[in-house]
Amino acid sequence: MHEHDVLVVGAGGAGLRAAIAAHEEGADVAMVTKLHPVRSHTGAAEGGINAALHPEDSWELHAYDTMKGSDYLGDAPAVETFAQDAPDEVIQLEHWGMPFSREEDGTVSQRPFGGLSHPRTTYAGAETGHHLLHTMYEQVVKRGITVYEEQQVLDLAVTDHDDVEDRECHGVVAYDIASGEIRGYRATDGVILATGGPGQVFDHTTNAVANTGDGYAMAYRAGVPLEDMEFVQFHPTTLPSTGVLISEGVRGEGGILYNDEEERFMFEYGYANNEGELASRDVVSRAELTEVNEGRGIEDEYVHLDMRHLGEERILDRLENILHLAEDFEGVDGLDEPMPVKPGQHYQMGGVECNENGQTCIDGLYAAGETACVSLHGANRLGGNALPELLVFGARAGKHAAGGDMKDAEIPTGPSAESEAGDLPDDIEIGAVDAGGESVAADGAAVDAETVVEAEVQRQQERVDRLLEEDGINHAQVRDDIQQTMTANVNVFRREDNLKEALDDIREARERYRHVAASDPSRTYNTDLMHTMETRNIIDIAEAITVGALAREEFRGAHWREQYQERRDDEWLKHTMLAWSDGNPELYYKPVLLEGEKEYEPKERSY
Amino acid sequence: MSTQIEQEQTEEQTDAEAAEPAEQSPQERRLSEKKARAEAREREEQAREEVRDADETVRIKVFRYDPEVEGKEEPRFDDFQVPFFKGMTVLDALIYARDHYDSSLTFRHSCRQAVCGSDALFVNGQQRLGCKTQMADLDDPVRIEPLPHQDVVKDLVVDMEHFYEQMHAVEPYFQPDELPEGEREEQRQSPENREKVKMSTRCIWCGACMSSCNIAAGDNEYLGPAAINKAYRFAMDEREGEIQKEDRLEIIEQEHGVWRCQTQFSCTEVCPKDIPLTEHIQELKREAVKSNLKFW
Repeated sequence: MHEHDVLVVGAGGAGLRAAIAAHEEGADVAMVTKLHPVRSHTGAAEGGINAALHPEDSWELHAYDTMKGSDYLGDAPAVETFAQDAPDEVIQLEHWGMPFSREEDGTVSQRPFGGLSHPRTTYAGAETGHHLLHTMYEQVVKRGITVYEEQQVLDLAVTDHDDVEDRECHGVVAYDIASGEIRGYRATDGVILATGGPGQVFDHTTNAVANTGDGYAMAYRAGVPLEDMEFVQFHPTTLPSTGVLISEGVRGEGGILYNDEEERFMFEYGYANNEGELASRDVVSRAELTEVNEGRGIEDEYVHLDMRHLGEERILDRLENILHLAEDFEGVDGLDEPMPVKPGQHYQMGGVECNENGQTCIDGLYAAGETACVSLHGANRLGGNALPELLVFGARAGKHAAGGDMKDAEIPTGPSAESEAGDLPDDIEIGAVDAGGESVAADGAAVDAETVVEAEVQRQQERVDRLLEEDGINHAQVRDDIQQTMTANVNVFRREDNLKEALDDIREARERYRHVAASDPSRTYNTDLMHTMETRNIIDIAEAITVGALAREEFRGAHWREQYQERRDDEWLKHTMLAWSDGNPELYYKPVLLEGEKEYEPKERSY
Repeated sequence: MSTQIEQEQTEEQTDAEAAEPAEQSPQERRLSEKKARAEAREREEQAREEVRDADETVRIKVFRYDPEVEGKEEPRFDDFQVPFFKGMTVLDALIYARDHYDSSLTFRHSCRQAVCGSDALFVNGQQRLGCKTQMADLDDPVRIEPLPHQDVVKDLVVDMEHFYEQMHAVEPYFQPDELPEGEREEQRQSPENREKVKMSTRCIWCGACMSSCNIAAGDNEYLGPAAINKAYRFAMDEREGEIQKEDRLEIIEQEHGVWRCQTQFSCTEVCPKDIPLTEHIQELKREAVKSNLKFW
């Protein structure tokens, strides 16, 4: 068994930042990741990092924009902490040598992004995430932080007290991909989940194949509620064939969206009369799909994003990567012709419930980055707010886990923060599945930490042995069916019958998942087995998203419902919470905190 | 699925949370095995139908090897016929073959947009990223092998440990002379200097260059193009200062450093991010000579 003070699961932006912060507090910290750190999906982020750096900008403005962008579903303490910490984090990166794009005087450049009242997005070309990831990995190498790479964490080692708030997390259990061994990892001070997004729940996504939401599913099964999962961000500009992302930076620099009639539809049809292409992402995504649905899409599928007028020099300076992506993945030369784009799944606003210090309701368990829901983004995330989020909250989680001196958090967590029980509609059935991975190991309080980890190792060993030794169906079709139904039924536009259909399909997938097995019997680098276990996580997350979407009967941010075309603040200024209850999602609500250092009065969002 | 099984399994859960795998009666077990086999057959048949119906198909010849599994310890090539679609990449073809014919087919892949660097492969005799290589640009059949000059773990997966060690050997992190004083004070970097290091910062650690390099193949200790490029990225960054630059030049001037490069350009040719690796190596050689001259 490996033992460390702090274990960070996942080695993308949030994980790296958390590990560095914990190390700076003097902790013995190790990272456990199913990839190698530089393979993490943070590397695919393009646009930039929002932080109020200019003297005429302020954290208050950033907080205000973020709260408005969230459609007033962000919690003020999260939003304010974020806006206050972000500038220091960006300067920190700069001091670590991050190759930011520069102004003539040598200072870092900032550009406009959707939904921002000030150009506050710092960037490095259109490959900001790549540079951020590598810069932070360099710091991890410099500090000699232990990295266990190609270790797929299968579940958490958590005690099984009845009340989730009495439970403790003592470590994790991972599958060593290269050797096939099951390994126990004990953390004396804390486990930080930073496993990234769950994009693979959908068919058309900008997310990497590895983004199967493992952290969400593990925390959920251990008893931590998932918060606001219905809020899925669809990015307005992804390449139609592959889902590859075309950065918001293109619109930030002045790129224009056209429909099939060459109309600048954001203005022509009044979707956003002030901000046009730079309205927030939910607004632009709906506008594009409305164009397609009303017959003004190109090939009935997509719209055009034109950047030719920006000129070759500016494009090469600031958006060169976009030219390569459009060329390599769509065969289009962005200097000569407009690029085809359509909305694609991009980001999960909801996630593992935690507070400003990354703590979940289970002692010793933290979450950070996209996996976490602090809640910062509420119903819609602003472009350029994901990278500072993983810096700010990654650092805070790392520091807190390592015992750093921090103010107590203001955001309440756990079922005791519950304000209101929720009911699911009676006519839906949720399927239980016991095909491995129910967390909560061992026999509660009486048992020491090592035993909890060892018991979980034993459970996972049995699970893996069974998947390897038994005959069964291939997981790929099950995964594919989930992705198809989610894209067809739980997309940008949501209708009640579709949501129910998706739940039926998910239930069927759960049943079929009981009969999956890996057909590759090898103990060496068995990706068949790996993907089979990931698919389990995908099913749990798909269900949480769909149940949340069905429960929320209003139109807020990214969550559009056919029957409910208004934001209903009187009833819905609250977070959707789902807790794992013997395999069934249990629904309850927690109020939104709109009061922090400032107060945020919900207003109609117009762009 | 029958409700009976559902009930049994729920009971088990309450009895012993840890109890798994779920106990099945021999009959149930046989049934589910039978069902699994039937589904697998159906799936393959469906894939074959898709191939028959496809307007165009394409053949890939894929290197296979697994030290663990009987019959696979001897390296061989497997052929897969997959339906072709416009825009199809080598990675797409591999995924199709894996998901429809043989789920044991093993390769690394993640971002599928040429930035994570995990799917560098040897395709029709050249190092390329599977995700950004169009099938339409390749001669049929497309031959897909693991990166040469690396130890093969299984099928197309190679051991990257040595590559990472070489990357780490050049002190791959920023070491500025001193940081500016004052709260939130940035270090200034001129746009020209950023431009100078820009290409070198694009490296995604895919290992294609190292695999293509004859020198690296013959000299296991040679730092190799990627690590030297990483050294370049910092040595040329004006914010690090002259003293640090001297230290960096010393690292790359070691016996197995820049002077091993014979300017064959193979690294530059295969780099999926178009980094002028050979040029960077040459420039560091020049810098090293200049710096040595100072002491004569």
